[in-house]
Amino acid sequence: MRILTGNDLKTGAVIWWTGQDWSIHVEDAGDVGDQANADAILAREDAARRVNGGYAIDAEKDADGKVRPAHIKDRIRALGPTVRPDLTLKPADPNAGNWVI
Amino acid sequence: MLELLRLRDDEPTDEPAVTLDSFLDQSNAASVRIEAGDDVRLLFPVLDRVRLVEIDFPKFRDGRGFSSARLLREAGYKGEIKATGDVLVDLIFFMRRCGFDSFAPDKPFDPEDAEAALNRWPHVYQHAADEWVPIWELRHGGRS
Amino acid sequence: MYRYDQYDQAMVDARVEEFRDQTRRRIEGKMTDDQFKPLRLKNGLYLQLHAYMLRVAVPYGTMNSKQMRKLAHIARTYDRGYGHFTTRQNIQYHWIKLEEAPDILAELATVQMHAIQTSGESIRNISADHYAGAAADEIMDPRPWAETLRQMTTFHPEFSYLPRKFKFAVIASEADRAALRWHDCALRIVKNDAGEVGFEVFAGGGMGRTPFIAYRIREFLPQEQIFSYIQAILRVWNRHARRDNIHKQRMKILVHELGEEEFTRQVEEEFQHFLTLKTDFPMAEYERIAAYFAPPPFETGLPEEIDRSDPDFALWVDRQTAEHKAPGYSIVTISLKPAGGIPGDITAEQMDLVADLAERYSFDDVRSTHTQSLVLPHVRKVDLYEVWKALDAAGLGTANLDLVTDIIVCPGLDYCSLANARSIPVAQKIADRFADLDRQLDLGELKIKISGCINACGHHHAGHIGILGVDRKGKENYQLLLGGSGAEDTSQAKITGPGFDEDGVVDAVERAIERYREIREPGERFLDTYNRVGMEGFKEAIYA
Repeated sequence: MRILTGNDLKTGAVIWWTGQDWSIHVEDAGDVGDQANADAILAREDAARRVNGGYAIDAEKDADGKVRPAHIKDRIRALGPTVRPDLTLKPADPNAGNWVI
Repeated sequence: MLELLRLRDDEPTDEPAVTLDSFLDQSNAASVRIEAGDDVRLLFPVLDRVRLVEIDFPKFRDGRGFSSARLLREAGYKGEIKATGDVLVDLIFFMRRCGFDSFAPDKPFDPEDAEAALNRWPHVYQHAADEWVPIWELRHGGRS
Repeated sequence: MYRYDQYDQAMVDARVEEFRDQTRRRIEGKMTDDQFKPLRLKNGLYLQLHAYMLRVAVPYGTMNSKQMRKLAHIARTYDRGYGHFTTRQNIQYHWIKLEEAPDILAELATVQMHAIQTSGESIRNISADHYAGAAADEIMDPRPWAETLRQMTTFHPEFSYLPRKFKFAVIASEADRAALRWHDCALRIVKNDAGEVGFEVFAGGGMGRTPFIAYRIREFLPQEQIFSYIQAILRVWNRHARRDNIHKQRMKILVHELGEEEFTRQVEEEFQHFLTLKTDFPMAEYERIAAYFAPPPFETGLPEEIDRSDPDFALWVDRQTAEHKAPGYSIVTISLKPAGGIPGDITAEQMDLVADLAERYSFDDVRSTHTQSLVLPHVRKVDLYEVWKALDAAGLGTANLDLVTDIIVCPGLDYCSLANARSIPVAQKIADRFADLDRQLDLGELKIKISGCINACGHHHAGHIGILGVDRKGKENYQLLLGGSGAEDTSQAKITGPGFDEDGVVDAVERAIERYREIREPGERFLDTYNRVGMEGFKEAIYA
């Protein structure tokens, strides 16, 4: 699947396109289909300043049906720094680090 | 919106600017266009002919034009130096310090932004191509 | 240390207002990101993996307690309770919001701090010897010149939109504690035969994709001409560097392409021209600035003896204290490399403690080092025990200066959008592998430097052992390098061969270190053994 990500302009938070809106949770990311559709959405959302520096990436659904970005960099963006679990979106989840790697 | 901001009192020339190569070939041109990679020092032998130098910024963060302008002023050029191309309003204070006295940006300036930019700095740390007295001189009085 | 007068303060305040206005225009959509990005970079604000990152300048690595407390306050109020000291003596915050950045800069301005020109294609923070003003081997304190240069290069109208970043370093000793020749322009303060002060000038150094060691462009430059000279260097580079390929725009590339002789010729020619413009600051201004760096009122008649009966304290004294020029005093290094920690990171509470210690025990003076630690430059020997107890209780008492666990590492892929691989976990695994202190002491001085990408912010080119994280077909991979140095024996580390995965590189490092132990001669550090036997002496052991 292709999903869209970027940062919130004002806060810098990592955000994912749900299909309607931007969420900080990668689980909410929706498939945008082809690059032309992705570009159209990014152009509109960037112009409206609802995303900063947006781009499209490959992702797949893992064994639990959850969205998992293809590249480790985006998985780190989705979760937080692997070396500071307490600062991630899932501080209480002992398996979160494995999901990234 | 400002398509041209001119900080000179004299009459602007209406002669279109020619390329540096053409200018050096012709004896009757008075306006010349300097691209970012041109060597502005080639104009030094013929500076008295020049009324207008346009210095182009292909991207606003390409800072070669700052050196080109300042070199012209150091050589004694008193005519107009105009910044063209991708000129970002936030940079016009530094540009004026380097000798630019007019701006023809591809994207016109918001006049309020231009006013704010021109009046941004209460002091300057260094000498440049303008008349500002640098901070060190204010601290001590008298030039080295 | 230097104190702003009304002019310096007015400039910093104007900069805050400029940035506030630029941020407003960006948030309101009057500026695109393409337009805003170079402007926010000139105020140290990056958009990173998780949030915005703010790099605050610590000019030549010098702070007072008030400033350190403000840095702690910013960590607590605007970030997530900690900061990170970098390989250029600055501090970074990794969880900043753009909408709060102008307020942060305004707060910094109240304690004479800023984030001016800490990133982007600017003249960056001028680094200096972190032992300045305390070391016995300096001919004078280099920081007055560092501060003078800072003012010369701040908001310079001709040189604010450079081809690439530009980094200065200033030292005043034979010993190089600032990685001098890895800078674009480096100055060693010297005296000529007539006793006149001047600079030995080096140009064209830099790390990154294509590392180069700076060459000596001038054996002696009279000190009062330094501004003309550096403007000449900057102008030659600004005019002639490529602008089409971001990887080829640093000055080291231009020096390499023109050749040292031609580059020198062009600079000297431009220098003669600049002298006619009379832009140099007068020596009276230098002396005005130098007065702020007069030595503190060192006490005399202090005892030299240290009670070593506490073995942990004795160990810490041996590793973390260095000889001070004033009898009865020590230079203290505060390690930010605790076991299991993140190198260079420090909590807000720890910053407050360091501020208290600096104020109470070090004439209100604390330094940051390019090896990501802190220094209390002027501690009385009689106070060392109290200082150590306080540091130790706060997790700042690790005794590992320049040992194998004193690792320099960039934030890497855990934080940085430029990175190809995570670097901090590698550092942690190595530090854990070598946790045994006896083993560390046996190995002696061993400088490991790790970068998560080719930009080399971890200075891996200058590591006795260097590690570079790369992306190999979508997976993190690590190249191992040996033989670099950022000291006066400046050298560039060489790649050993094929790369490794994360656990593999830790094992390879251990094999290299064991090989060193096997073949070292008495008194040889790792680097010395490598210099004696070369890569050939290590390669087989590493890839066994």
